[in-house]
Amino acid sequence: MANSARRDSPELPDFSLLKRLARDQLIYLLEQLPGKKDLFIEADLMSPLDRIANVSTLKQHEVDKLYKVEYKPVVSTSDQLCFLIRPRIQTVKWICDVANADKAAGKFRRYKIIFTPQKFYACEAVLEEQGMFGDVTTDEWAFYLLPLDDDIISLELPEFFRDNFLAGDQRWMRTAGSALHLLHSLYGPFSKVYGIGRYSKMAYESWREQVEQGEQRARQAEIGNVFLIDRDVDFVTPLCSQVVYEGLVDDIFRIKCGCVEFSPDVTASDKSVKVMLNSQDKVFNEIRNEHFSNVFGFLSQKARNLQTAYDKRRGMDIKQMKTFVSEELKGLKQEHRLLSLHIGASESIMKKKTKQDFQELLKTEHSLLEGFEIRECISYIEEHISRQVSMIESLRLLCLLSITENGLLPKDFRSLKAQYLQSYGVDHLLTFSNLRQLGLLVEQQPGETLTVMESRVGKLVNDKTAGKLTDAFSSLAKKSNFRALSRKLNLVPKSDEEYDLRVPRDMAYIFSGAYVPLSCKLIEQVLERDGWTGLEEVTRLLNGNEFAVTGSNGAKNDAQRIILVMFLGGCTFSEISALRFLGREKGYKFIVVTTAITNSSRLIESLLDNHV
Amino acid sequence: MAFITANWNPLGEAFYRKTELYEMCWTLRDGLRDSLVAAAPYGGPIALLREPLRRSPSSRPQLEIYSASGVGIASFPWKSGPVVQLGWTVSDELLCIQEDGSVLIYDLFGSFKRHFSMGQEVVQTQVLEAKVFHSPYGTGVAIVTGSSRFTLATNIDDLKLRRLPEVPGLQGKPSCWVVLTQDRQTKVLLSNGLDLYIVDNTSCTAVVPPGLSPQAGSVVHMSVSFSYKYLALFTDSGHLWTGTSNLFTCLSVCLPVCLCIYQPLYLSLCLTRCRRPKSQQPSVVLMWDRLLLVAGVCNDTIQFPLEDPCVLIGELDGVRIISSTNQELLQEVPLVCQDIFKIASMAPGALLLEAHREYEKLSQKADEYLREIKEQSMLGEAVKQCVEAAGHEYDTNTQKSLMRAASFGKCFLTDFSPDQFVSTCRELRVLNSVRESSVGLPLTHAQLVYRQFYPLAIEICRYLKIPDYQGVSRVLKHWASCKVQQKDLSDEAIARAVCVKVGDSPGVSYSDIAARAYECGRTELAIKLLDFEARSGEQVPLLLKMKRSQLALCKAVESGDTDLVYTVVSYLKNEMNRGDFFMTLRNQPVALSLYRQFCKLQEQETLKDLYNQDDDHQELANYYVTASYKEKRLESRLSLLQSAVDEYNKAKNEFAAKATEDEMRLLRFQRKLDDEKGAGLLGLYWWLKLKSLAEKEEWEELEKFSKSKKSPIGYLAFVEVCMKCNNKYEAKKYVSKVTPEQKVKAHLAVSDLEGAADAAIERRNEAEMGAVLSRCSASDRLVIDRLNRARAGAAKK
Repeated sequence: MANSARRDSPELPDFSLLKRLARDQLIYLLEQLPGKKDLFIEADLMSPLDRIANVSTLKQHEVDKLYKVEYKPVVSTSDQLCFLIRPRIQTVKWICDVANADKAAGKFRRYKIIFTPQKFYACEAVLEEQGMFGDVTTDEWAFYLLPLDDDIISLELPEFFRDNFLAGDQRWMRTAGSALHLLHSLYGPFSKVYGIGRYSKMAYESWREQVEQGEQRARQAEIGNVFLIDRDVDFVTPLCSQVVYEGLVDDIFRIKCGCVEFSPDVTASDKSVKVMLNSQDKVFNEIRNEHFSNVFGFLSQKARNLQTAYDKRRGMDIKQMKTFVSEELKGLKQEHRLLSLHIGASESIMKKKTKQDFQELLKTEHSLLEGFEIRECISYIEEHISRQVSMIESLRLLCLLSITENGLLPKDFRSLKAQYLQSYGVDHLLTFSNLRQLGLLVEQQPGETLTVMESRVGKLVNDKTAGKLTDAFSSLAKKSNFRALSRKLNLVPKSDEEYDLRVPRDMAYIFSGAYVPLSCKLIEQVLERDGWTGLEEVTRLLNGNEFAVTGSNGAKNDAQRIILVMFLGGCTFSEISALRFLGREKGYKFIVVTTAITNSSRLIESLLDNHV
Repeated sequence: MAFITANWNPLGEAFYRKTELYEMCWTLRDGLRDSLVAAAPYGGPIALLREPLRRSPSSRPQLEIYSASGVGIASFPWKSGPVVQLGWTVSDELLCIQEDGSVLIYDLFGSFKRHFSMGQEVVQTQVLEAKVFHSPYGTGVAIVTGSSRFTLATNIDDLKLRRLPEVPGLQGKPSCWVVLTQDRQTKVLLSNGLDLYIVDNTSCTAVVPPGLSPQAGSVVHMSVSFSYKYLALFTDSGHLWTGTSNLFTCLSVCLPVCLCIYQPLYLSLCLTRCRRPKSQQPSVVLMWDRLLLVAGVCNDTIQFPLEDPCVLIGELDGVRIISSTNQELLQEVPLVCQDIFKIASMAPGALLLEAHREYEKLSQKADEYLREIKEQSMLGEAVKQCVEAAGHEYDTNTQKSLMRAASFGKCFLTDFSPDQFVSTCRELRVLNSVRESSVGLPLTHAQLVYRQFYPLAIEICRYLKIPDYQGVSRVLKHWASCKVQQKDLSDEAIARAVCVKVGDSPGVSYSDIAARAYECGRTELAIKLLDFEARSGEQVPLLLKMKRSQLALCKAVESGDTDLVYTVVSYLKNEMNRGDFFMTLRNQPVALSLYRQFCKLQEQETLKDLYNQDDDHQELANYYVTASYKEKRLESRLSLLQSAVDEYNKAKNEFAAKATEDEMRLLRFQRKLDDEKGAGLLGLYWWLKLKSLAEKEEWEELEKFSKSKKSPIGYLAFVEVCMKCNNKYEAKKYVSKVTPEQKVKAHLAVSDLEGAADAAIERRNEAEMGAVLSRCSASDRLVIDRLNRARAGAAKK
């Protein structure tokens, strides 16, 4: 695939600056509390923190012991406790409990809370309610963005999705705006900003507000255009099984903060190994975007190359050997190690995924995307539920069915739901209520009454109110309109043609040629048309909220082709692979900024409500 | 020109000069005698209150406010109670501290702004003495009451009264006291008899200044320098102690004027912002009835006779002396001026000045002087000295000649940066124009603005090229704040006028202006002005203050800042009754969902009320379901689920109702089974858990599980399952727990023949012994023998 790359694709900006900024600020904050202190870190901040400052850096700044926040009484003996946490009420309450317990025991300590990326009033209100406002000092660590790779930046906020889309709690909108603001001030000014979705619009507005309040510095732009997209614009793509290597690894082993832990069966030893997965890993870099069916071929070719390189040793004289050892051997060894890991991982994936049932699962997904043989699909899902294959997987298929079919027939809806509850437990009732609220799993509304009413009302009242009404209606019945969109944008290629996965011809290759991801297709179209003109029908089907704003045209030609795509609510590795492909085809470089890396399991898990 | 050193007086190594600033424009009938006088620092205004303590109701004293040059600004009869002390705040507001502890605040133009009290108990005990002081926190007030207690307010804009601890042995007021600000703490230093005390928030400590012998007597006067760095003490035996204000270091103790056994009327520390490194020496200014005396660190003094009663005002770099006729500045002559003007000085600056003088006389000596400087390659230095000295001079002619000399010298330099020269020119022009006696102050734009010379202030800002953000905008803001107080104009007119002038100048906050309007009681105007405010974050707090909570909530939601929304919500929650609060939230979905999130974590019950109010049966039902998860007891769980069913029915969600009913039926059925089969079902559970834990090789968990309760399936099962998973080590752990009947089996299961044999023999069970024997092979001779013996023994009996 490397051959097809356009030679003139522009250089990516250097995002390691973001890490340095975050580290310097953290150090500054730690030094605000002079003397030895114990640091308590929220569990989901551990990995991101590790990418910014390692233990020895922390120790240099008088951090004595490190603890994970576990909502238990603390055992620390230090007289200064520092808490590095997300702004969550539960955690703040726990800290209050800790401080109160110390008070009761007559122990005097200093407490400092560092909220990241920002503090919320609600958290401070808790401190105040608990009478801790004077005892605890608070600070903000503006650590908004973590570069996971050369072209992936994450806000590491998985809860963004549920808070915003399900609970309607928009507290993270300002965070998103600030993240954009940070990128803008370091790598901007942006020439154009496109976007679609309610929250994209809000993030855009929050960012603009911050730009207007702050100082403007003229600088050479390193990023051209920006595209903002809400996750709920396209739920289909993250619900599909991933078949590109990186996505598969994420689905099966779960990549956490750019790092994966391979279990002993992959490493063929008795312990598991943590591996960083990014472009530094040369082997991984070559296969990450490949369809899984090609990966073995690549790996075995690679193995042969490696062998040849090793073989060079034969017939070398001492001097040559010396250069070989000092220059090449280390690289080869490293490559060897990585290669064997990826081969192990691939084998493990093969074991799980080449079984008959995986093929059938894929077939069902493809049928759903195409809209063929829906009855068979429903029977497959029924069987899936009855066999209790996987609680998450069953839900995922149900959602996929509902979205692609624009809701289930009332009869099917009830029977499938009943079967699911009987199979996996009645306590999933609330989960269903969540899914319905998000429009992921809904009952078909009788007739098209809404649309008709909508257009009638629209004619009667002026545009602004009509817009509001449309919003109201669309929130009432979040229709997915997937079928219509798929036709309009040609998302499902005709299935009668052979699709050579080794030479992909479009982004559909990431789903074995069966489906072009809607999110990426939108991006492609908007960039091609330089706006939303000609896509009116599409945006109507997507419930509107699209925008395109021209900013300064500060970017030079090269930077003009660097596109920043921000996913609000998470994006999948498959989408990133698709964008990389699109970039190579069109001579763009995409930078993906996301609130978190997601996949079907994470998406569904975040909506579960079967536990307390 | 030649007499520039005429008013210089040597003191140690330094020189002091007394320069006349103004001939006062005022005409005071009785001079300054018997009046309370307060002058603000930085050339600020002067307030005068004649005979403040005259209590006769018929004659009201007159309170007068003058500019520094004595131009009247305001005058009005004092109608309130007896005043103890007058003082100025950092923003030129006049503080009048009354005997009863209330403090009245007036603006520069004598209009009343607000008042506060120094505490209830003061009304009884009365204020004996008060002081106004300035600190990094703003302007503070300190009083000592009739009960000999001190009360402090460090910042009158954020009033927090602190009553200091009692001072041992203090009766009435102390003989003298000062307020010190150190280490971000405000303390009082006081003298009582022979003792000195420092009183802070928590304690009262006796202190002894180093170097001051007890024979020196008691301290009768003290003074602290403008920057709170130095302290001067004067004792009744005429000793003058100077040192740092933390009382750690003594700089000097001297008997400056042995003759002056009378106590001075006033003691002020005069500090020079000395450019000489290390030699920064404070000097003390003492004032007697007819004598002003400057005392340095050594016994050197300078004496000035006084004709008139005067008032001394400490400034950053000198002391202002105000008498009824004129005003003078006493300061150390800046080093650079000394260098240039000292008689027979050979400093480069002095030579340059001389060169220029000769040049103007068209004398060729100019060239000689110039050469001399250039030979030492000191021309740059010379220009710099002249420019700097010009900045320090008060007389415009001196300024001019210095600047001309600098400009002359500059011609012979190729790469000299003109920045300093240009900026000094600008600054001097401004300083000179504000020093005009009609304006009457020697300082910067900020103070100018407070005196309502708006056009002049704006011009100065532009002229000095102060960025709009700091300059013009601030002037405009101040203007607008005054504008909204004009009672004769309509709200509409004022709003328009403000908007036209202020427009969208950077840094002008409409909310600040609106806040001012609200303070003056013009709420409608404030709301109008707030509409111009672009930042919702700024609108909301004021709207809340004005009790426009609905509007505040709208604005907060519009802003998209959830913190702001939350602020309003929590405010409303406390302000409104429940019903109204919920109704308000209902109209604001964003606020509502935010509050719901909060309730989910903090107040479950409120959540229920919220749904009830909205008749949201679906959510209510979901709430009950969630609550049922947490319930351990079956009955309460069922009743919660029943409530959920009812709500689902009301919500017409038959499916969910049915599903929940099913769940209830299931729970009941489970219970029935439990009751009937009891242990049986429980046993099943133990088996399941045991097997799965073993399969997952979670041995620790398994051990914990085994100890959690007495196993209904016994412990042999544990042994067997562990062995099945090939973990003999774990299996052995459970052997000891097995019931005696199963001991042999258990030992056999882990292939421990000896143990099995022991157990069998102990139980004297022949069948078991047989079982063990059957497992023995030929190599287990010893065990076989033992068993056979035991069997034989048993048979005998």
